Amino acid sequence: MAIADDAQSPSAVQRERTQRPNRLFKNMTAKIASIPMVATALVIFVGCTVWTIVHSFTNSRLLPRLEFVGFEQYERLWETRRWLVSIENLAIYGVCSLILSFVIGFTLAALLDRKIRGEAVFRTIFLYPFALSFIVTGLVWQWILNPQFGIQSVVQRWGWESFAFDPLNNADIVIYGILIAGIWQGSGFIMVLMLAGLRGIDEDIWKASRVDGIPVWKTYVVVIIPMMRPVFITALVIITSGIIKVYDLVVAQTSGGPGIASEVPAKYVIEKMFQSQNLAQGFAASTMMLLSVLIVLIPWAYLEFGGKKRG
Amino acid sequence: MKSIARLMAASAIVSASGAMAADLEVTHWWTSGGEAAAVAEFAKAFDEKTDHNWVDGAIAGSGGTARPIIISRILGGDPMGATQLNHGRQAEELIEAGLLLDLTDVAEAEGWRDIIHPVSLLDSCTVDGRVYCAPVNIHSWQWIWLSHQAFADAGTDVPANWDEFVAAAPALEAAGKIPLAMGQQPWQSSGAFGVMTVAIAGLDAWSAVNIDKNADVAAGPEYAKVFEAAANARQLAANSNVQDWNQATNLVITGQAGAQIMGDWAQGEFQVAGQVAGEDYTCLPGLGVNEVISTGGDAFYFPVNGDADVTAAQKELASLLVSKEVQVAFNLKKGSLPIRGDVDLDAANDCMKKGLEILANGAILPDGNQTLSPDTSGQIEDLMVEFWNDPSYSAADAQAAYAKIISRAD
Repeated sequence: MAIADDAQSPSAVQRERTQRPNRLFKNMTAKIASIPMVATALVIFVGCTVWTIVHSFTNSRLLPRLEFVGFEQYERLWETRRWLVSIENLAIYGVCSLILSFVIGFTLAALLDRKIRGEAVFRTIFLYPFALSFIVTGLVWQWILNPQFGIQSVVQRWGWESFAFDPLNNADIVIYGILIAGIWQGSGFIMVLMLAGLRGIDEDIWKASRVDGIPVWKTYVVVIIPMMRPVFITALVIITSGIIKVYDLVVAQTSGGPGIASEVPAKYVIEKMFQSQNLAQGFAASTMMLLSVLIVLIPWAYLEFGGKKRG
Repeated sequence: MKSIARLMAASAIVSASGAMAADLEVTHWWTSGGEAAAVAEFAKAFDEKTDHNWVDGAIAGSGGTARPIIISRILGGDPMGATQLNHGRQAEELIEAGLLLDLTDVAEAEGWRDIIHPVSLLDSCTVDGRVYCAPVNIHSWQWIWLSHQAFADAGTDVPANWDEFVAAAPALEAAGKIPLAMGQQPWQSSGAFGVMTVAIAGLDAWSAVNIDKNADVAAGPEYAKVFEAAANARQLAANSNVQDWNQATNLVITGQAGAQIMGDWAQGEFQVAGQVAGEDYTCLPGLGVNEVISTGGDAFYFPVNGDADVTAAQKELASLLVSKEVQVAFNLKKGSLPIRGDVDLDAANDCMKKGLEILANGAILPDGNQTLSPDTSGQIEDLMVEFWNDPSYSAADAQAAYAKIISRAD
């Protein structure tokens, strides 16, 4: 931004004209310092991604080899019931977890922001689940949702004999059982992010809205939330990447069961690559995952950055 | 004085063979009670009979969990000293890539080809005439385990074959028992289906599909019967909500379930629980219909290592694993059959004797791991785990999906 602003003033234009041959060497130390990171990004992220995509068109088994078979792996992938179930689960988990994380996270943050007593205590309690790994979270919720030891048996022992709540053993709703655990783990973190955003809002804005007699909820929806756009973007990126890579939670809670009802794409990739010793099939699946991320990311990036240039 | 003698002995060994005591990390997935007791026999023999040390690297879970860890360690350049794998096609590409130690000199020096019976076990270890693994036991899937207590409680006789078992199932259910115990792990679903195939479709159909990869037979009437029977078995197993195979075996041991289709490794569990074959439980090979057993099993592979001491230790371990004494000690604990016909298994129980007899008669077939690639097995496992868990998945649909997998198998 600073450079762009400079460029607008006539003296800066002149200076740049005289120094143009050296532009590459401007800020030399900064550029040298960033070389390792740039190299890492190119080799690790771009390089390995390209390598993976190339090998997804081969018939590699346990070891990668370059015998191309065209789209065979992709055809097989989209004929596989397990993959289709995985995609469907990811969609349900993704949409629900995105909405619920935002709603719960923001609501909790807004409540805490009302200057309540014992805020630190509540904040700690809500954030605590985030300190647990997905594996621990998954095991804890596996027990809580276990019909023999968990909620179901407790309620039944209270006297409500016909009470049934065993999402992890019911293929139709098992993904919601996983969703519960995911939300429990993640919403505290989103709450803290939101709370930080809310604290960044100038106190004067609240005073102004109070003077104008705008109701509190309306101030939140119409004034505060639009002002918190950067926080929302950060939260969105964190939640979305968490959704795409969900794996350990499923492994700990259900290992994909009952049957294949709670399979997710990341699990398919891992198992095809290492258990079935079919690298190319795993690569094809991971390429599809990358593609789905790009489909979401590219329009958003276009709106976000393309818009700024025009403005 | 003693220490000087030891020193001299040690230096003598060093100068004689150039080998020194090495710590050999051995990875395996034998973690259930009976299995752990059996693998301890290996460790004991290795520690006592050689200068080297056995460093136990048990990986909990099942083969499905352990194999990826083992293989990625070998590929990633952090090889263990020795590792269990099911011989057959799982290590095919590792051998081609030159990552596993060639044991041909040990095998030839000790005449493995003459002592290992059936010799197909050694063939599974052999690639282009070179031997790459030491088979340690024969495991067969084709068994059903029946709880005497469960059938006594239900007031019926212990069945002698699959049809009688199906007929007795309603009585078991009436007595509040689970007729068929089944764990939910994919390999169990797929294995039980394999057993039913051999028993119900017969050997010819089985080999047409599993060896010749004939998709027409897989879509044909013999297999349709198998899928019908499996759909029926699915009903019988509906209430068995356990994950691991040994938990399912435990249901049979405690008489909560009537039967379990499981390989002969289940025997170790009965033994640990102090049960006696023929009195507390009955085992029927080939579901009591077709008395054949598959000769899959476990073998030890030795990843190539740059350290000469380790290589020497690896070869010593390989020859130890095949030796008579160790074979007897290990297999009695494990409940599996020894890989050599010349050992004395007087201590074997009823079930093992049945197995040995079938083996001696030559009624054997190769194991799924030997005929199908891990990729194909994986697809079949995916299909089977879905089929066994989803009552709305019809037998005909599953058969169509199965035939498709076979048509693509390699």
